[in-house]
Amino acid sequence: MSGRSVATDAYDTEAHAITVTVNGTPYRRQVEARMLLSDFLRHDLLLAGTHVGCEHGVCGACTVMFDGAAVRSCLMFAAQADGHTILTVEGLAPDREHLHPLQEAMRECHGLQCGYCTPGILMTMKAFLDETAAPDEAQIREALSGNLCRCTGYQHIVEAMQLAAQRLRK
Amino acid sequence: MATRNFGAPIRRNEDKRLLSGQALFVDDVELPGMLYAAFLRSNVAHAAIRSIDVTAARARAGVVAVYTAADLGAYWAPGPLLVPPPPIAGIVFNQRTQVPLAKDKVRHVGEPLAVVLAQSRYLAEDALADIVVELDPLPVVVDLEKALADTSSRVHDDVRGNVAAHVHQGRGNYAAARARAEHIISRRFHYDHGASSPIETRGIIANWDGRANQLTVWDTTQAPVFLRNGLAAMLGLSERQVRVIAPFVGGGFGPKIMLFYPEEVVIPWAAMQLNRPVKWIEDRLEHFFATTQERGQTHDAEIALTRDGRILGIKDVFLHDTGAYNPYGLTVPINSQCTLLGPYVIPNYDSTFTAIFTNKPIVTPYRGAGRQHGVFVMERLLDIAAHELGIDRAEIRRRNFIPPDAFPYNNEIIYQDFAPLSYDSGNYAPVLDKALEMIGYRRFLAEEQPRLRAQGRHVGIGIVCYVEGTGIGPYEGAKIQVQANGKVSLATGIGTQGQGHFTVFAQIAADQLGVEVGDVDVVTGDTDQFYWGAGTFASRGAVVAGNAVNEAAKVVRQKILTLAAEHFECAEEDLEIANGQVSVVGVPGQAVTLGALALKANPMRGAVRPGTEPGLESTQYFGPPGGATAAGAHAMIVEVDPQTFTLEVRKYVVVHDCGTVINPLILAGQIHGGVAQGIGNAFYEQLVFDEEGQLLNASLADYLLPTALEVPRMEIGHTVTPSPLNPLGIKGAGEAGAIPVGPLFAQAIEDALGLLQQNIELNEIPLSPNRLFELTTKRR
Repeated sequence: MSGRSVATDAYDTEAHAITVTVNGTPYRRQVEARMLLSDFLRHDLLLAGTHVGCEHGVCGACTVMFDGAAVRSCLMFAAQADGHTILTVEGLAPDREHLHPLQEAMRECHGLQCGYCTPGILMTMKAFLDETAAPDEAQIREALSGNLCRCTGYQHIVEAMQLAAQRLRK
Repeated sequence: MATRNFGAPIRRNEDKRLLSGQALFVDDVELPGMLYAAFLRSNVAHAAIRSIDVTAARARAGVVAVYTAADLGAYWAPGPLLVPPPPIAGIVFNQRTQVPLAKDKVRHVGEPLAVVLAQSRYLAEDALADIVVELDPLPVVVDLEKALADTSSRVHDDVRGNVAAHVHQGRGNYAAARARAEHIISRRFHYDHGASSPIETRGIIANWDGRANQLTVWDTTQAPVFLRNGLAAMLGLSERQVRVIAPFVGGGFGPKIMLFYPEEVVIPWAAMQLNRPVKWIEDRLEHFFATTQERGQTHDAEIALTRDGRILGIKDVFLHDTGAYNPYGLTVPINSQCTLLGPYVIPNYDSTFTAIFTNKPIVTPYRGAGRQHGVFVMERLLDIAAHELGIDRAEIRRRNFIPPDAFPYNNEIIYQDFAPLSYDSGNYAPVLDKALEMIGYRRFLAEEQPRLRAQGRHVGIGIVCYVEGTGIGPYEGAKIQVQANGKVSLATGIGTQGQGHFTVFAQIAADQLGVEVGDVDVVTGDTDQFYWGAGTFASRGAVVAGNAVNEAAKVVRQKILTLAAEHFECAEEDLEIANGQVSVVGVPGQAVTLGALALKANPMRGAVRPGTEPGLESTQYFGPPGGATAAGAHAMIVEVDPQTFTLEVRKYVVVHDCGTVINPLILAGQIHGGVAQGIGNAFYEQLVFDEEGQLLNASLADYLLPTALEVPRMEIGHTVTPSPLNPLGIKGAGEAGAIPVGPLFAQAIEDALGLLQQNIELNEIPLSPNRLFELTTKRR
């Protein structure tokens, strides 16, 4: 909307050279200082699996793993990723034929409907389950509470996470 | 028909793509030479436009074009009326539809004034700040009752009293019923609904290929076919020159059925002007103003009863906020008027509403589409009646149910599909009984509640009932084709926004054609794949398109049998279709794959019999004679903290009757999601406008969508009353979960806090901790 744009050209338009490793592949790119990490991933690297829902850090759809931690890529600049390692939804599955146990559980439990929030949820829950091997339902709901889903009412996602956690422990 | 897949909790065909980040959403489309659009929008709700100066914006590096209404020339026109008013005697309807870019006046915050096209979205948004707009503010119309006054400012200068519509419907004679009533209750109710807030906002991409004379549009629409037809007409093209693709769409919930949004008019035109692809993606702030929403109604309602709680009649007069324009006609308030009647016998009904223009964003259907408002009034009236007459809340509902032998049941008023509001089928007592049993109603009231109260805890129970008109016409179609590789291709014209169409339609086809569900490749929402259709709305996709799929699959099945009988030189009765092949029963080794038959059905040389159609293919259409009425009951046990007024839902039960069930897993998902949106509406989400028409909470940090912590675990039960109006017996289920949650919250919270005993009623939605504090302390 009209209120959101900067009033003058007082921003840094210079290109910054960055090197960032995404899903195991190193990329060297020139980016404007104000380029959001979410836009960089989606429109520069064409990794459009990372979705944008609110661009103000609330909905969690754009969540990626940044050096192993779940972060909102709409709240970071691409320039901040210089020298760092990112995992997006495209890098979650071991190969083209198979799904990651988290993805598999989401499918089994019908944990997605329109699927738009799903990549962010997968990356949030990957980071969570990496740290919490045997979560109870309350912990899962707490971990999930930063990701908005408008379709599922969360119940099937919670069930999917319980199933995935159980399988990942084995 | 074998029922191997129909009715089974089949996992979804579409999930692998969605889970691995490979599903195409609108914003994922990238084309060479693409330009990016940003709209300058009004930051005031009501003003005359004095001037718009875009000179500086046009001069900015990276900007390719800037357009205002003046640049659109003859292309500028108000949008079409999507739904004309139903044929109701004495109806008043003043059509005022939205415009592509505001010309003389702005009528709500967020109305677009100009569009910038630039080499990046960042540059386009920069250039918005270069545009100089001079507006002369006008008095703002916000309050519904004040809007009606002769002295009020007018949203549309020529519409007196801001009356968008005035409608009266009824049956019987309410005055006579009132005269013989033993008990009368009159109350005022406010029900406010909110913003649908799909996680994917709207977006549109248009690509004009001048060499092919072809326009391709990717749009987050729920109605691709009508978007194509309308665009072709507006742009002077034939329909065949326009292809609209609604790819994966990240949630719709109603507002994405609305067309033509200003952006949908401007972006394709700009693409043709500039001969370059153009992308516009709505941001979240824009979504709160530029996408349609639902809002409030104020009802003055009265119920006349006998002493034993039988309804003699209801009178209701309500005001409906339609926003600055009314392109969707009367669907929302008509739904309120009709759905109020619910599963009950109401022999005398007198309902009048006035729809009012305000300087707020446009109101069009959002999941439930006005049904919530009506159900809230009905259920609250029954709760108050139960309290005043000393009748159990469940019992007063049961006493008024339409009996199972009374169907089809005609309510004698006109519904949103222009047909009389007739319930095709239903059996309501078992739905209520099951809900009461699952929630443990008797035991809770007799044992648990007294025990918990004795511990000083505030725990209450609620039980509400509703019906939902679903699966309305006009029609949908489906094309099914067996491919040479043995897979089945299925295309339909409706768009999909997460309902599992790729799976449920595949289930229906797979059963007819003896293939795996995963081998049915479903395409939805691409007008080049399927030409005809109406769209995904009114809980109708599975009912109407699902039955079209079934009809097409039956014809293809017959073609398979005919061809295979020729192939084996046997009778069709001796053949069996299963596992992707046709075999001769009892003759091992005598089998031919569907793929081989498909090849055979399209011979390269030789002669065919006159009248032979190539391929194993059929396109069929289905249009139901009327809507299929689903029904349900929700029950809840809630604990309220009397200090903070925060809630803990201890148990939530849904019992639903949507006829035969195609896929219980997907159905459960629809219900869970509906309830979650209902909970948001009941207790968390409120669009807060100030008296200047400014939305004060236009961010997801302030407009609170429920998270995994607010939405409880739900238990779901089903009863099955098949619809006689379609061969599969199905009824829609998309909206049901969202409809009765408001009155359920009001009732259960009242019960938990013992409010009725203190003469405090919760006659408004949404509630919130803050509002509960206000309502309960005011009277103390």
